[in-house]
Amino acid sequence: MNVDRELDTRGLTCPMPIVKTKKALLAMAGGQILRVVATDPGSVSDMKAFAEATGHELLSSETSGKEFIFFLKK
Amino acid sequence: MGAAEEVTGLDASIARRIDEVVARKVEERLAQLKPKGPPSMTIIATKGTLDWAYPPFILASTGAALGWDVSVFFTFYGLNLLRRDLSSLKVSPLGNPGMPMKMPFGPKWFQGINWDIPNAVQSIVPGFESLATTLMKQTIKNKGVADVADLRAVCIESGVNLIACQMTVDLFGFSQSDFIAEVSEYCGATKFLPMAQKADVSLFI
Repeated sequence: MNVDRELDTRGLTCPMPIVKTKKALLAMAGGQILRVVATDPGSVSDMKAFAEATGHELLSSETSGKEFIFFLKK
Repeated sequence: MGAAEEVTGLDASIARRIDEVVARKVEERLAQLKPKGPPSMTIIATKGTLDWAYPPFILASTGAALGWDVSVFFTFYGLNLLRRDLSSLKVSPLGNPGMPMKMPFGPKWFQGINWDIPNAVQSIVPGFESLATTLMKQTIKNKGVADVADLRAVCIESGVNLIACQMTVDLFGFSQSDFIAEVSEYCGATKFLPMAQKADVSLFI
């Protein structure tokens, strides 16, 4: 996947991964893709709800060991 | 065809026509009533301890991240959350049986122990509250939970409207210079309640 921007939220807990994701998306253009890495287990459901509420597309959500990786399309 | 049947047919046709018109009118009215702009949330923050500083700031910053219009009304002890210096916020397990007393250091088995210290003991040990506060701050840091001041800064940056209750500012002898400059307004319940009335989500913390 062609990633336009990367965001590392490892070690951060609610609400910071979502707050930082929102901020990162704000600086991006429509159609661009953001990759977010998190370690907060709550971010799995939070990211899905965030995407639904804000109209961004959650392209994928995967778990790799203790990390959660999300691809969001603005 | 008898006269009775004709009337029935006419009734049905009138009923159908009325249904159509009513359905259209209702839809038009609903479209007019639909809220314009983003969803909104109002929060009343009434507590001034380190633990209770978190819910209003977490919910407000999350709401702002979702694109909502958020206003927080700080009243009574909640005013402490608007002070310039937040380092004096404390937490106490005294008379707070819901709060676990766990050590933020040492081996895992040790950290898992919940120190059930009787209220009577907590109340006579000098500095017990400060000790509990230090331990809580360390736990917050260890778990990667944001600092209260940082969360408040996030709220300010994301446009959360911070409102102070004028009556309690006067009641507790505060002056506006005790609070951060980002307080958007000092007002009363009469100003706040109509805002809460129009909000989609309204919380009391």
